[in-house]
Amino acid sequence: MLRIGCGAGFSSDRLGPAIDLAQKGRLDYLVFETCAERTLAFAHRDRKLDPKRGYNPQLRARMRGVLKACKENGTRIVTNMGVANVPEAAKVVVEVARELGLKGLKVAAVMGDEVTDLLGPDTKLFDHHDKRIAEIGLPYTSANAYLGLDAILPALESGADVIITGRVADPSLFLAPIAHKYGWRNDDWQALGKGTLVGHLMECGMQITGGYYADPGRKDVPRLADCGYPIAEVTADGGCVITKLADAGGMVTSRTVKEQLLYEVHDPARYLTPDVTADFSKVELAEDGRDRVRVAKAGGTKRPDTLKVTVGFDGGYLAEAGVSYAGPNATARAGLAADILRERLGREPGIGGAGTTIRIDQIGLNALHATAHEPRQEAEDVRIRVAMRTADRSACETMMWEVESLLCCGPAGGGGYRGQITPSVVTHSALLERDRVKPRVEVLVA
Amino acid sequence: MRKVKLHDIAHARAGDKGNTSNVSVWVYDPGDYPLVKAQLTADRVKQAFPSLVKGPVRRYEMDQLHGLNFVMEDALEGGVNTSLGLDSHGKSWSFLLLDLDVEMPDNPGPALAT
Repeated sequence: MLRIGCGAGFSSDRLGPAIDLAQKGRLDYLVFETCAERTLAFAHRDRKLDPKRGYNPQLRARMRGVLKACKENGTRIVTNMGVANVPEAAKVVVEVARELGLKGLKVAAVMGDEVTDLLGPDTKLFDHHDKRIAEIGLPYTSANAYLGLDAILPALESGADVIITGRVADPSLFLAPIAHKYGWRNDDWQALGKGTLVGHLMECGMQITGGYYADPGRKDVPRLADCGYPIAEVTADGGCVITKLADAGGMVTSRTVKEQLLYEVHDPARYLTPDVTADFSKVELAEDGRDRVRVAKAGGTKRPDTLKVTVGFDGGYLAEAGVSYAGPNATARAGLAADILRERLGREPGIGGAGTTIRIDQIGLNALHATAHEPRQEAEDVRIRVAMRTADRSACETMMWEVESLLCCGPAGGGGYRGQITPSVVTHSALLERDRVKPRVEVLVA
Repeated sequence: MRKVKLHDIAHARAGDKGNTSNVSVWVYDPGDYPLVKAQLTADRVKQAFPSLVKGPVRRYEMDQLHGLNFVMEDALEGGVNTSLGLDSHGKSWSFLLLDLDVEMPDNPGPALAT
């Protein structure tokens, strides 16, 4: 049996419960999944500003937290924390290993996902009505292909203690150690489909142990504040049990597993990865004791011929500014503030133009679901929020100044102004023939 | 018949890929599944949010687990990179669906207690 833990389900996920898993999980593998489309685009931006950046900002902290325990317990680490700068990330892992006295620790860097130079202005974006890169109207910054099992296996075969990658498909981070352990062929679609389901269930960390789940009074989760990361026990036939550390908070039930089963899945019978077209449509679940759910009957068919590529663009800036109204007639006062902003911002030549989008929300009434249905009529605590996306930083500053000025010249009782400008990225997706992408592995020794 | 909120009899989770949102809906009691499956059609979801869900809605059925998966295209105000909304991933779209009403018999008879 193979025991795999997940120590991060996204770039900013918690560290403490990952250390618990490294120390007490009796794991064969600990996987950290931290790479999303936007994370990747931002990492390219970081690397452009400083060639020594562009990997996960928490890489050093995470390695300091788990590396020693993993080495002592024979737990190998697989992670995509290399994001847009795998070579530098591998060096950081080596540095931390030396710092901790782990001389001889082997780090395998999996590269070759960056295909920025293979795409051009004419590349079609399949998620955007087949528009071409040049038609997006924003500076093209990066392209990364989703690598899979085939790219990670050589790194596992090298005997490395830590395998660090950039863009690989999230489930492949889990599938690769399973296929490596049980010697699955890379065209054993049924087995690869089962291993991909293990990866899919595990890749979002606590989303299967009670996170993104609690709904008080209906779906209560014990000790959510100390929720534990999941563990998968995988057998040679590809079956698995999802569980967690007994003393960790959270829970694993057929309901937490069901919700994760279709998370970000469209057709359950055709879940595409670089490794397989996985079939989750006939999956069965059975509770097998406390916090243990047995998962069976995933399958798969042939993998796609092309690899998906995330294409990044510089989206300029996102500016957000807000001011709040509370107490009697707060809704009307906030509404008046919004009207004033619409009128005044509408007159600014730099704001109404093409390429700039703007929106005004009334938080407390219906901000999140504003385009879904009519707002509620009254609230006692309403925040006006203006959001704007533009390539023109001075337009952001003009908007923020207008919102702040409402403190003195807007409706009565307006307070709590805050404003911020953050960089914005835009990502789209393209397809690339598999044989144009050349993954490679480099091994470093501490 | 009486109206209940879907939230009273089912749970749900939302996910996003680009400008497509998917919400999976799972009944707590398998006995409620036939009735939810009959009433919560793809058309019903499409009609409920005309200004949010601009593209087609497809429904996938997971009968053995008593769940339905709704895939809603052009339903994220452009998607996480483009939307100016606070919840640009549409993480809260699950609770939009759970806010819909379902009609249930006053006294569930043996026909539904499957």
